[in-house]
Amino acid sequence: MAMKKLLIRLAALSAVLGLIAGCASTAPKEQDPVPVVTGTASKPEPVKPPPVVEQPKVTPVKPEVIVANPLKDPGNILSKRSVFYDYDSNVVKDEYKPVVTAHARFLTLNRSRKISIQGNTDERGSREYNIALGQRRADSVKQMMILLGVQEAQIESVSFGEEKPRSSGKDEAAFSENRRSDIVYDGE
Amino acid sequence: MSRLLLCLLLAIPAAHAQLRIEIVGGGASQYPVAVAQLKGEERLPHKITDIVAADLYRSGLFKIVDGGGLAVIPSEPAEVQYPTWKARSADYLVIGSVSPLANGYWDIRFRLLDVDKQSQLTGFAYQVTPLQLRNTAHKIADAIYEKITGDVGVFSTRIAYVVKTGTRFELQVAEADGYGAQTVLASNEPILSPTWSPEGTRIAYVSFERKKPIVYLQSLLTGQRSIVANFKGSNSAPAWSPDGKRLAVVLTKDGNSQIYLVTPEGGSATRLTNSSAIDTEPNFSPDGQSILFTSDRGGSAQIYRVSVNGGVPERLTFDGTYNVSPRYAPDGKSFAFIQRNSGRFNVALQDFASKQAQVLTENSMDESPSFAPNGRIILYATEVRGRGILAAVSSDGRVRQRFTTESGDVREPAWGPNIKSP
Repeated sequence: MAMKKLLIRLAALSAVLGLIAGCASTAPKEQDPVPVVTGTASKPEPVKPPPVVEQPKVTPVKPEVIVANPLKDPGNILSKRSVFYDYDSNVVKDEYKPVVTAHARFLTLNRSRKISIQGNTDERGSREYNIALGQRRADSVKQMMILLGVQEAQIESVSFGEEKPRSSGKDEAAFSENRRSDIVYDGE
Repeated sequence: MSRLLLCLLLAIPAAHAQLRIEIVGGGASQYPVAVAQLKGEERLPHKITDIVAADLYRSGLFKIVDGGGLAVIPSEPAEVQYPTWKARSADYLVIGSVSPLANGYWDIRFRLLDVDKQSQLTGFAYQVTPLQLRNTAHKIADAIYEKITGDVGVFSTRIAYVVKTGTRFELQVAEADGYGAQTVLASNEPILSPTWSPEGTRIAYVSFERKKPIVYLQSLLTGQRSIVANFKGSNSAPAWSPDGKRLAVVLTKDGNSQIYLVTPEGGSATRLTNSSAIDTEPNFSPDGQSILFTSDRGGSAQIYRVSVNGGVPERLTFDGTYNVSPRYAPDGKSFAFIQRNSGRFNVALQDFASKQAQVLTENSMDESPSFAPNGRIILYATEVRGRGILAAVSSDGRVRQRFTTESGDVREPAWGPNIKSP
């Protein structure tokens, strides 16, 4: 009985293999093949949980005492990285000013550190126009930080437009999560 | 047929889902054309006449008259029984033949006949490889379309678009009827704004693969890529000049989003617009002298025109608070754009002379209009039940088509140029 099943499977397998082999010679190609290029920097990156202590950035204040990375310490305001906006607005609301101010202070104390500010929009409207709107949001955070003493060379403001939504929903709750600027430190 | 389909499924990764076209609506007057079976075409993997009839039908300008059920298939004018075709109410008849040549090529012949006058309107013979059979069918459809309508046919052109499946983005190129899709770039980061070089062998686009928008150029012949614009900040919205010597791009290297001119080789950028607002979505006029763009310099997103030599831009749209994504018609007499009305985004067309705009679609989420090279059709992206699809509308608004796929979100369409091969 088991033997019979095996034979059936083998027959099915060889039929499929035969079909593939047949395809190699008979399947018509409909146009000249266009070379496929895979973006080199776009390899799938599994999302890793952020390490509590990031080794290269450990700063020993005193011997034997290890200070947690303030940028990753959930108790530190520097672990907050997003500024959210009202519809069609690039105004940094009062509730997010402490976050921007804290990062500005960190950057003025750590002149070698650099950040990318990534502006985002909700999905409504033209994708390219949304790139420009997201840029304006990122720039609003950048300008505030420069006024607080951060050097321009420490900041690159870029836009992801509507392309990197945090929420894929189609309602105002989702849209408001997607209208944001994210602060990302170099090496993160 | 089922074996062929299975072969395709096995030979091509699943992501290469074909686009299928459905017609929604039709033209007011349609030319009745009968496409008789080409003598000998049953030996081909795809029947030429099926592809020709489908092309003509989809344009919305033709009524396809039944060409089958004949005792003798005519391949020469002398063999045509004209009364049969008159009885079937065909004004035009396509006949021809297919025969294999010794070198592995196929000889394809067709004639377009006027049924009333019992005379030939046009006819061609092609010697082609098996790989060129579909394209030959599209060329035959182009020749028929051109002879009957007096317009340029676009059935043998190609389209590019972006498919998002899960977290994967693919830039694909397909025949204008959606067949033969090939992935030319695959990435886990967004791909935006593909735009064909005027000679149709290269595509510029925006890729996020380096965690910011950068403008790339890629050869469709070799797959080779190069960077057009990678300045500090965002780099986006590439548009080719008609002579292929320059691209307009949007950069933020000096602050806000402004339009600059660069060469395809990259290098330094020359600033074209000078505002403290958003200036984006540049598009060259067919004569290369002007650029349309979107700007909110007046307080809301509107469409402006500026000389390629700079100067003061002229505002062109005044209706509503969101008019974006302008694209010149190939004859330069009008432009397509996206207009927001009561929260709905639709394709509209505005005439330069009369300054009158006409909304062409009835959807709610239209984006990225792209003219066919003959100006008769506008391809665009829209959403149906939350999924991104491509759709097309004739520039008179009468004929509507939808390109459907089994999976994925399709967006960012760009219709390629009409390449007249000898």
